[in-house]
Amino acid sequence: MEIVAINQISPDQVILWTWGFITINVTIVYTWLVMAILVIGSWLVTRNLSTGINVPRWQHFLEVVISTIRGEIREMTKKGVDDYVPLIGTLFLFICLSNVLAIVPGYVPPTASLMTTAALAVCVFIAVPFYGISRNGVLHYLKEYFQPNFIFFPFHVMGEISRTLALTVRLFGNIMSHEKVIGILLSVTPLVFPVIMQALGLLIGVIQAYIFAILSMVYIASATSAQEESHKAAVSEGIQA
Amino acid sequence: MDKLSLVAVASIIAAGITMAIGSIGPALGQGRAIQQALAAIAQQPDERNSLTRTLFVGLAMIESIAIYCFVISMIVIFANPFWGYFVKAGG
Repeated sequence: MEIVAINQISPDQVILWTWGFITINVTIVYTWLVMAILVIGSWLVTRNLSTGINVPRWQHFLEVVISTIRGEIREMTKKGVDDYVPLIGTLFLFICLSNVLAIVPGYVPPTASLMTTAALAVCVFIAVPFYGISRNGVLHYLKEYFQPNFIFFPFHVMGEISRTLALTVRLFGNIMSHEKVIGILLSVTPLVFPVIMQALGLLIGVIQAYIFAILSMVYIASATSAQEESHKAAVSEGIQA
Repeated sequence: MDKLSLVAVASIIAAGITMAIGSIGPALGQGRAIQQALAAIAQQPDERNSLTRTLFVGLAMIESIAIYCFVISMIVIFANPFWGYFVKAGG
């Protein structure tokens, strides 16, 4: 069951339906599928929440997920955790689910398309000044671009753009390369090895979702928390290591 | 050899060299990063969580260089712009 051929680099090239200037390709369909699973699933679970002794099992599951995300964000930024949970949690859950569903036959991860990952990275690109300005004000945010002096302004701007590009290509490259490796292995050794690579793909998918969320959180935290210099220095040292 | 097979040969050789050379640097870098992180975890096991998280973020940064090389070689093989041009020009 092969939807994207081995010589097609992106699921955008598989067009299912076209009418006028509207084109529905495989990426859009599977993005809608992931969105539907997330929305309907959380609606079904949160429909009847309980605080008593008998907590439904899916509520337990969602509570574990949400509290893990909150814990990770709390370690990155010391205050205002609830401001970041909607954005970072949504990014993580969407990327994680769309990567993990890749073990279902016939499913193509929407993150294997450069367009999806570019859209996600642009969300982060917009969110960084949004959170920075809403936390510190316009002047304080703009002053960060001229640190330590005005010569560094173009480098800060280049850094903003290049890290958005890096977020895009990292997620796309990992997921797309995994798809291609599976395809090539299926034609070379079709018996056991593709299964092992699929299992490795689950790990890669979850780690990439985690890294995307953590990196967006690092970018947002570096724009908002100018007063937590020591924490920021520790994080950026780790990035350059 | 006509132009089309020249483009094909050049693409395949370039993709192989890109992957070979492009993965040396990230491999060395990741090795050093993991070595330092293991030493740090052995010295301070209490800081394990933040060390692991920083390690993952750093590894992702280093790994992205190898991923760029992979994307370039994939483009050269599967979505080569010159290939389409010469196919069209040659009929």
